[in-house]
Amino acid sequence: MTSAITTGFIPQAKARPPRIPGENYLNVAFGVKSWLFTTDHKRIAILYLVTVTILFFLGGAAATVIRLNLMTPYGELVPADTYNKLFTAHGIIMVWFFLVPVVPTVLGNFLVPMMIGARDLAFPRINLLSWYVFTTGAVITLWALLAGGVDTGWTFYTPFSSKYARTNVLPTMIGIFISGFSSIMTGLNFIATMHTMRAPGMTWRRMPLFMWAHYAASVILVLATPVLAMALILVGVERAWGIGIFDPELGGDPVLFQHLFWFYSHPVVYIMLLPAMGIVSEIVTCFARKHIFGYVFILWSSIGIAVLGFLVWAHHMFVAGQSVYSAMIFSALSYMVAVPSAIKVFNWTATLYKGSIAFDTPMLFALGFIALFTMGGLTGLFLAALGVDMHVHDTYFIIAHFHFIMVGGAVMGYMAGLHFWWPKMTGRMYSEFLRKLAALIIFIGFILTFLPQFVLGYLGMPRRYHVYPPEFQVLNVMSSAGASILAVGYVLPLFYLFWSLYGGKPSGPNPWGATGLEWQTPSPPPTHNFDETPLVISGPYEYSTEEGALVH
Amino acid sequence: MSTNHAVLAHHFENLEQQRETETFGMWLFLATEVLIFGAVFTCYAVYRLRYPHDFEAASARLNILIGSINTIVLLSSSLTMALSVHAARVGRQQMLLTCLLLTIFLGGTFLGFKALEYYEDYREKLVPVLSFDPGEWTKVEGAEGPVNPQRVQLMLVFYYVMTGLHAVHMIVGMGLLVWLVAEARRGRLTPVRYMPVDIVGLYWHFVDIVWIFLLPLLYLTGTHHTSDLHF
Repeated sequence: MTSAITTGFIPQAKARPPRIPGENYLNVAFGVKSWLFTTDHKRIAILYLVTVTILFFLGGAAATVIRLNLMTPYGELVPADTYNKLFTAHGIIMVWFFLVPVVPTVLGNFLVPMMIGARDLAFPRINLLSWYVFTTGAVITLWALLAGGVDTGWTFYTPFSSKYARTNVLPTMIGIFISGFSSIMTGLNFIATMHTMRAPGMTWRRMPLFMWAHYAASVILVLATPVLAMALILVGVERAWGIGIFDPELGGDPVLFQHLFWFYSHPVVYIMLLPAMGIVSEIVTCFARKHIFGYVFILWSSIGIAVLGFLVWAHHMFVAGQSVYSAMIFSALSYMVAVPSAIKVFNWTATLYKGSIAFDTPMLFALGFIALFTMGGLTGLFLAALGVDMHVHDTYFIIAHFHFIMVGGAVMGYMAGLHFWWPKMTGRMYSEFLRKLAALIIFIGFILTFLPQFVLGYLGMPRRYHVYPPEFQVLNVMSSAGASILAVGYVLPLFYLFWSLYGGKPSGPNPWGATGLEWQTPSPPPTHNFDETPLVISGPYEYSTEEGALVH
Repeated sequence: MSTNHAVLAHHFENLEQQRETETFGMWLFLATEVLIFGAVFTCYAVYRLRYPHDFEAASARLNILIGSINTIVLLSSSLTMALSVHAARVGRQQMLLTCLLLTIFLGGTFLGFKALEYYEDYREKLVPVLSFDPGEWTKVEGAEGPVNPQRVQLMLVFYYVMTGLHAVHMIVGMGLLVWLVAEARRGRLTPVRYMPVDIVGLYWHFVDIVWIFLLPLLYLTGTHHTSDLHF
């Protein structure tokens, strides 16, 4: 990356060595109080970054023990009860306390106001409150998981969760219930901000695709989370007082709970995925030095995923005893949701075509996302087919499929975004060598971990069991070996990103030569983001060649 | 101008943008509320359709008189709330204060009646876990034979979850109204800064509308006679 690239907005000052600006949001105030009582969206993003990173490694620790246990067929490391608690803890922490919040609350919080030229989110105090609510929920849940644990799986299926489980089900659900409000607050804040706080000239059609992705994800956050809240209330009432809301013995219907649960928990996958797709849209166009291909299509595909995502929930229940006709309809709808996802992949590929591609770290992660998400999405189509789903339901095929989507997709996208905007957040650049090494290790480790699981699942190894037939051991050892490589890949960035805070070179305002509004401010940005409200005169991806001609 | 400055938050360009954002935020919040009530309404509807006669039998035992009085009380509180919003916009301080206090009074009346009703239900052995008596229901005849006590209890659970959730919303609304009264007494609700009244008003009306749905769903599904009217 040289500084000879002009942007679509204001040409950067050339040949000036980058330095950290005198006053910025990080050094404007010091001390614990200045962080805990801040209403600056950028500082709240950092608070969230620290919190979700801790939670990620806790969830990862549970996964590590799971994979170690599965090295041998007879589950010699932990007893069956502990194993159940471990995979429950892994699922709960990773889904609710890492994957759902991570991109919106860290990168979204930091970038939503900056990308649309606003000074802050619409409701800064609600934004801070959301962090406190989230942390409270996380602490309660973690306490419940550590002091005794929960063995229901992250899905809390009734009547096991309401009647038979003798573990900390209630406190765990209370923690999740509380943290749900932080999701709602974040989503509400983003939608309101994008509707009313855009800078002059920042029309809807000039919003970066990262914004559109967040808009779509926020709609899901706002509309799906309350349904989970209600489902948890009803299970809580049933469990606390022994009343049969979902208990068939007492006239209730357990499948109704599954409907409520998946009405939230399927769209939630798109909360994880859409923002990550937004990141990839930003990075692909920047590192191909080309205008994004099919801006309008990518925009509407985000909205399309959000809408269709609400209509496919019952494909989790093909074997749960619902009518075959509704299963057929949900199967067809699930196929349809693949269309907007495929539109995105095609448009990214078309953007790369004849671009001058630079393989820097964010781009490596973004390309990893495209490859892994495509595999995850295509295997999702297998599962949408009624017949195939009967065969692989509750097997490792499912595990592999949704880890390709969530880890290969959402986490990969988050890593891409974190590396892309890290210089903007901190003003410093991280190690050149280690960052590419980490991208490579994560990709290899991921493939080695989860590709064998497709085979295991197809051969019939069921999920959630802590023992398995000895003939599956080779594939399981491969998977566990991959997991340890993956762990190294995730720990590496922790070190070199932390190191960059002290030893990293100042990155300058725009190290990647990107065109978004957020790159027009110093790195790290001042508290009010922009010295004067920017006037936007062109779309977000006016990339040009080194000669200065615009490329579309 | 100085008042404008104090009212306008640092991150907005002007008051109009600020008002638009605040109203928009409240409507979005109400959308989440629709979904949270919608979820429990859906569950109720599923069982209502599955066990119509048991639900009707249980509904017939609910206190329709208090339910009706509360409906009138709550609708009146919506009127006083709407008048508060108007008073705040045009800057009539005395009227604003009176109307806010009236709204609190009516809201309190609603909650008082609700508490009385819950207590009566308890004495009538209608509260699951606390006082529900399945034996009493085995003799009750529905439209198609005797009712199933467990399904009756299911209806009553939904009655308490739904009216309980509504009451929690009422209590939150009362807290907001008390805060508004304090603000009004300090003279901080002016035609420049009337948004707090406006937003609390939206919330209050929403809670009212929920009750408009609860009344027919819960109280009016059973067949009622004048002999059912009692305190």
